[in-house]
Amino acid sequence: MKPSAFEYETPERTDEALELLARDPEETKVLAGGQSLVPLLNFRLARPDRLVDLNGVGELAYLRRDDGALRIGAMTRQATLERSSIVEERWPLLKQAIRLVAHPQIRNRGTVGGSAAHADPAAELPVALTALDATFHIRSARGSRAVPARDFFLQPLMSAIEPGELLVEIETLPMAANSGTAFVEYARRHGDFALGGAAVVLEHEDDGSIGRAAIALLGAGPTPLRASAAEAALVGATVDEASAAEVAALAVEDVRPTGDIHGSAEYRQGLLRSLVRQALLQAAQVPRAA
Amino acid sequence: MKRDVAIEINGTLYERTIEPRMLLSDFIRHEARLTGTHVGCEHGVCGACTIQLDGEPVRSCILFAVQADRHSVRTVEALTADLDGELHPLQQAFHEQHALQCGFCTAGFLMSIEPLLATPERLEDDAEIREALSGNLCRCTGYQNIVNAVRDAAQRMREPAK
Repeated sequence: MKPSAFEYETPERTDEALELLARDPEETKVLAGGQSLVPLLNFRLARPDRLVDLNGVGELAYLRRDDGALRIGAMTRQATLERSSIVEERWPLLKQAIRLVAHPQIRNRGTVGGSAAHADPAAELPVALTALDATFHIRSARGSRAVPARDFFLQPLMSAIEPGELLVEIETLPMAANSGTAFVEYARRHGDFALGGAAVVLEHEDDGSIGRAAIALLGAGPTPLRASAAEAALVGATVDEASAAEVAALAVEDVRPTGDIHGSAEYRQGLLRSLVRQALLQAAQVPRAA
Repeated sequence: MKRDVAIEINGTLYERTIEPRMLLSDFIRHEARLTGTHVGCEHGVCGACTIQLDGEPVRSCILFAVQADRHSVRTVEALTADLDGELHPLQQAFHEQHALQCGFCTAGFLMSIEPLLATPERLEDDAEIREALSGNLCRCTGYQNIVNAVRDAAQRMREPAK
């Protein structure tokens, strides 16, 4: 339960971190909050030659509103997001999701960027960020690029970040007025990885119908999945018990979750349907004050 | 390559030369010889090793000691440092409510909860208390007495010094 030896680097600026990553990209791991990486190191499931610790890079820890968008520095602690009144008011889905991430002690240390980069299929933040169509800003010594959420999460524990690259910022656009959001999941014990979950954003029109909907699923596949057919079916509709059940059935129609000791594939699909239905009803009930 | 670190633990500065892979929990126990911090699962699940880093409860088994260089650490020993043999009110509440049996997990619980007593109004209902306790495992008590102890301690913090 002790990690194997590694070289340890402590850059203080982003540029410095990028130079260090460029030196030996394949054998270097980035250490952010360490709440997933260090357990892997302790178990020796990961044995990188070198760690680049970003905790001294103060310029990567920020929450900024910029022209209505929210810019989250990759090293922003999850607890910072949780305590932000701007996030609570303007991007309530993120607050709803973060409350379900592990436990307070983990959120004090864990970072938003780390959770995204780790790309765990059972993690809440990637699902919320997928529902919000977030953009992931990535830099390397060679330059920078922006990756939309749908192209960011590739496989379990694999994101679009290449060796030598660094996730520096996550950007989410402003939410429309009269939006309602909900994040619902089911875990055996509070704080455990969930067996299934759903993030929903509903943009309400003045007449009470839905103008736009986003539904992202947790635990439905190897990455967060968007339920596009269900989203399309909601446009122009109103959400009530009957339509929520119908749309939820549509949302899980084509998903094939992997069954395991914690729940069969069939059980998980049924669970997801129920969670989507609940999330739709919750998001329909809480139109945000404009 | 070894590194020089200067880590403040409970107000005392510990200067050592250590390997980067040394866990903070091991630094606390083996270098600072403060054995009140217990190590349970050693992969961030059980919460027994919870300490406060710059005032925030975190798990010391998934932090490297080098990451605490020039930072301030507080461990369970700090709770009674200025109390002349008395127990901290939170410890007193644990004692009176039978909130421990074997005691292995207790230091972690205490260090998770203690900062929250600064705002005891946030520990008013049991759901909030349970959320605050959720990151610490106890294999003996069934938790109810721990919830009772935290409620009791929060009550004491609200009432006394009027």
